[in-house]
Amino acid sequence: MIETTTPKTQAEAQSPESPGAAIELTGVAHSFGDLEALAGVELNVAPGEVVAIVGASGCGKSTLLELIAGLAEPSTGSIAVGGERDAAARLDACAWMPQRDLLLPWRLAVDNAALGLRLAGIGRAEARERAGGMLERLGVGEFARSHPRQLSGGMRQRVAFARTLLTGKPVLLLDEPLAALDAITRAELQELLVETLAAERRTTVLVTHDVEEAFFVADRVLLLSPRPGRVVWSAASPVDRSEPRASAVTAPAFAAVREAALEALAEGRG
Amino acid sequence: MSARQPSLIARWLPPLLLVALLLGLWELAAQTGWIADALSLRDYLVPAPSEIATTLWDNRSLLAENAWVTLREVLLGFAVALVAGVLIAVLLHLSPLMRRASYPFIVASQAIPIVVIAPVLVVWFGFGIGPKVAIVALICFFPIVVNTLDGLGTADEEQRKLMRSLGASRGRTLTLLEAPTALPYLLSGAKIAVAVAVIGAVFGEWSGADAGLGYLIRLDDGNLEVARVFASTVILAAMAVTLFALLALVERRLAWWGAGSPGGGR
Repeated sequence: MIETTTPKTQAEAQSPESPGAAIELTGVAHSFGDLEALAGVELNVAPGEVVAIVGASGCGKSTLLELIAGLAEPSTGSIAVGGERDAAARLDACAWMPQRDLLLPWRLAVDNAALGLRLAGIGRAEARERAGGMLERLGVGEFARSHPRQLSGGMRQRVAFARTLLTGKPVLLLDEPLAALDAITRAELQELLVETLAAERRTTVLVTHDVEEAFFVADRVLLLSPRPGRVVWSAASPVDRSEPRASAVTAPAFAAVREAALEALAEGRG
Repeated sequence: MSARQPSLIARWLPPLLLVALLLGLWELAAQTGWIADALSLRDYLVPAPSEIATTLWDNRSLLAENAWVTLREVLLGFAVALVAGVLIAVLLHLSPLMRRASYPFIVASQAIPIVVIAPVLVVWFGFGIGPKVAIVALICFFPIVVNTLDGLGTADEEQRKLMRSLGASRGRTLTLLEAPTALPYLLSGAKIAVAVAVIGAVFGEWSGADAGLGYLIRLDDGNLEVARVFASTVILAAMAVTLFALLALVERRLAWWGAGSPGGGR
């Protein structure tokens, strides 16, 4: 495979106004002991692009995100975020959101959202104000002073998303953020995700096992093969984001690309 | 309203009735001399509950004085164990090497029979409050260290990764994630500790003391003041129950989120 580093990517990465940093994975393989999780993953994500990764459970999607996030180094291959290759720099550049909300039960929703800000050394008052504003924006402003156990799954996920966005990092890594929610809440949060990502223009990698969600939220959808995972199929999303969700997911083009993806998924399994 | 939450009366009535019944039987058996006859004892060696109550009241200032001595030993010993226990638990949590090296000794500290070590401590530290505090601390130390250490290790791997991703240092992960996670564990260890602390104080006093309920019990035992032995015992039990209840209250107020890995619930 030929590596393509566009001049635009370089320029964007250096600019302080950059909406997002480019992600480049070259020949990334990762094993846990004898277990081969990933084999030869090639992936380029442009600054500001939203990419979804779909695949069967256990194909190494979560591992891939953790590697990009700088939480571990791949066994072989290289990962660069904004041109930086070492794990510490990737940790600095990426906001990672795991599937479980991991809210701290003893902290108020607003203080959970503000966790990253506080850890970045921002004072309590300012962190709370900014977190309160973000919760407002994500539709849970009135629950800022609630404890996590008083919130529903969807609200908790919104708080966790606020915590992720508030880090202000140029790359968002979302690991099945909506997997545990009921269908209605899920559709609601997919719309919120689309809206927010469009406004933020940050480079985003969304991991999901829901093909429809992938095409609805992302600009481009990649398919990861079963273990050991590697990218076996990809397609651009035909979704017109100015349309409401209901009409977007029922358009013929959407149905066609969804069909193709499901077929590719089935093939990979067989 | 609903039958799910029984009223205060419904909740407390059964145990109160049971206690009243048992006390009544005891009273009856003692008054009529059944127990004494069955054990071939003289009647005054088997006091009835009413007699113990009278003794409690008649000796109130003597009992209060000695109870205060014992309570001080318990509280001081418990405080020493709490501070030392938490500090050592944090240290062992941060250093796996130290944990591996010293854990056997911590377990061994619990295996030392207090009855054996108590007289030795009296020889070392004299008849004052020192050896009693040491014994209470020794007894309390173990459940506090072990529970706190378990609690500090409870936050799961993903939770730690999130902290790391949010830019938390080792120290911040300890204070923001691990310490609050450990708090319910610490308090439940402290409850166990405080319940046995009273026994430790009594052992300490038996090995050499000039005041305290344990000392008084030993004295009264020798003088066949059986009713007062029971009276002292009632106070010791009440002390343990009260301290336990106080800690349970602190637990509900301070660590209401309970045990488990935070954010792990669904």
